[in-house]
Amino acid sequence: MTKAKVIVGLGSCGIAAGAGKVYELIRSLKEAENMDFSLSRTSCSGMCYREPLVEIIDETGWYLYGGIDEDRAVELLNNHVANGNPVSDYIVCTDLYDTPDSRFFKDQVKIALRNCGRIDPEKINDYEARGGYEALRKIISGKVGPLSIIKEITDSGLRGRGGGGFPTGLKWKFTYDNKSPEKFVICNADEGDPGAFMDRSLLEGDPHSVIEGMIIAAMAVEASAGIIYCRAEYPLALRRLDIAINQSRDRGYLGNGILGCEGINFDISVKEGAGAFVCGEETALIASVEGFRGMPGKRPPFPAESGLWKKPTNINNVETFANIPWIITEGASRYAAYGTEKSKGTKVFALAGKIRHGGLVEVPMGITIKDIVFRLGGGIPGDKNFKAVQLGGPSGGCIPAWLADTPVDYESVNATGAIMGSGGMVVMDETTCMVDIARFFLDFTARESCGKCTFCRIGTMRMLEILERITRGSGEKDDIGRLEELAEQIKEGSLCGLGQTAPNPVLTTLRYFRDEYEAHINMKKCPAKICKQLLTYEVNVTNCTGCTVCARNCPVDAISGERKQVHSIDQDICTRCGICYSKCRFEAITVT
Amino acid sequence: MRVERIKMIRQDLVTDGKCDTTLLDEVIRKYSGKKGIMIPVLQETQKIFGYLPREAFLRLSEELTLNMSEMYGVATFYAQFRLSPAGRHIIRVCHGTACHVQSADGISGALEEALKVKDGGTTVDGLFTLESVACLGCCSLAPVMMVGEETYGKLTGKDAVKVIKNIRIDEKDLPI
Repeated sequence: MTKAKVIVGLGSCGIAAGAGKVYELIRSLKEAENMDFSLSRTSCSGMCYREPLVEIIDETGWYLYGGIDEDRAVELLNNHVANGNPVSDYIVCTDLYDTPDSRFFKDQVKIALRNCGRIDPEKINDYEARGGYEALRKIISGKVGPLSIIKEITDSGLRGRGGGGFPTGLKWKFTYDNKSPEKFVICNADEGDPGAFMDRSLLEGDPHSVIEGMIIAAMAVEASAGIIYCRAEYPLALRRLDIAINQSRDRGYLGNGILGCEGINFDISVKEGAGAFVCGEETALIASVEGFRGMPGKRPPFPAESGLWKKPTNINNVETFANIPWIITEGASRYAAYGTEKSKGTKVFALAGKIRHGGLVEVPMGITIKDIVFRLGGGIPGDKNFKAVQLGGPSGGCIPAWLADTPVDYESVNATGAIMGSGGMVVMDETTCMVDIARFFLDFTARESCGKCTFCRIGTMRMLEILERITRGSGEKDDIGRLEELAEQIKEGSLCGLGQTAPNPVLTTLRYFRDEYEAHINMKKCPAKICKQLLTYEVNVTNCTGCTVCARNCPVDAISGERKQVHSIDQDICTRCGICYSKCRFEAITVT
Repeated sequence: MRVERIKMIRQDLVTDGKCDTTLLDEVIRKYSGKKGIMIPVLQETQKIFGYLPREAFLRLSEELTLNMSEMYGVATFYAQFRLSPAGRHIIRVCHGTACHVQSADGISGALEEALKVKDGGTTVDGLFTLESVACLGCCSLAPVMMVGEETYGKLTGKDAVKVIKNIRIDEKDLPI
């Protein structure tokens, strides 16, 4: 009998769901009872909605268990590991038969995420066993020159996965063309988009693929130093990066004379970002690495010409780098076989919001939004209606349900007014107010505006004020026009991407959900029943039994009525907290 | 909004107490003579004191020849830095998009009520500082909050308050 393998998923989200405790428990039980199985850890497999996840592999097959708390872990050890009886109740996926969750993996093509959830991210041997650092060896042993590497990446059609969508090969060529004894490669891991977490997951789950991608980029652009600029909010990613860089150095992949080749020198250091969304912008990121406030600068000169310390600098995003080793090993044409004519390969999306199967998915470009939301994401929970997806974070926009057949590629998404961005996809249902969403994003950009450009600094603030008054019920007839005018001016008058795209959430919601704005302004009503100050709570006379529960729970004593008599709400006192609505057992409180 | 943040902090800067700046020796030795050090120096200083005390600014500025006004500019630009002491436990309530649509406001509201502080404030007993942050990157577990390094997902207002209550109880058991 071969030993069973038990693997616990320990990504940030798994740990948040309790996987750390499960791992510790299994470890201590294994020791205490001297059980014969191997225990290891991996990172996020993308199936965040089933965390904590435990995999068991034995001679009968592969079993992925979901929702495993400590009690269930004990059950798994006793039944499955000790006695060979799989616990079917907790099986999410297995290679023996199809489950409702099988679809989640089946429709995906994992290139960037190829090792996430498959290897122990803290073990370089695991990475090497799955073909890690072979791309680098191929380049060094084949004496592949910079221009050939750049050609391969150009042919693959890979475009910047951080949001810009600029062709990666072309970017490398610019940096290559600017000759200088000192050049830099920077990995942008300042994932600031609220709603996107693929970079975190990649760094936690497969840091070596990012490092290998950076080494290859450095060889292509002839850089000798690399910097990973990572958010301080990602402590686990930072720790695993540190481990991976040291391992890579020990094996001779980093440092002087890479893989014994004299003259090929490259090393990587990590800079912790200090928390500023604008630092995702290249020139601001460079200012921040130099130790200053993250204020974007004018372009040109582009970083490829004059970047960090005024030297040619190539900046790519985490996901872009993770694709590189695969493209080199498997070939550009295999990569380009996925996707559409102008958007090649795959893209990772972070699915969150009002969706059943939230998590990370990697799909070929060109798949429709509908397929992502319904086939992979399992649709909307609780029989609610699908309303929109928000793509691209604060720079992006809301794509309505009736455009759900839009394929996800750079051009088609841009045509809707949203942007691909880094791939955060937040799903919204009928209970999401689109004016409130626009207000939410403007609140974010107004806070995060660095303050350099007047239109961005003051304009976003004015837009926010208008949106706030609309959601409060004080919207004025001309407010929509004012928003549109400001939006145009901010787009034109801002230096960097943050300002140029800041109005997008407002413009897209105005384009597709104008009626909601009008309802707020003209009728003083919030159709999604989110904007508190526009709601009216009333007692339904036929349903009210006079049980007094609402009156007793009202924090401001706005409800009056005798026992067994119909109650009523004093609208002047009511603060619209909604407690009566949630407490009533007879559906006797209505909200309009 | 960043301007607002500066205003709020300046008051604290005037009133903060004394601190032992010899703790900075190591940081000064490590970064002396290097370039691009302002952010890492401030980060390490904050790791030592939990915030950036005025005395630390003065000593760092002198010994590392960093410009005071630039340091202050950096410290107030980035969300990570604080110029006043924080509570023993920092509660970060995520207000990313996913958490927002899953009513993160309710979590913040419940905590504000339970702790009797506003967003950004520290409780009178110095145990908790309540903050709202842009995104913790655990979107599929929304709504989420972090207390120290520990993350809690799929919360309701009640759950969040319970977590805080439990920490309070644990703290009472600790020897002083």
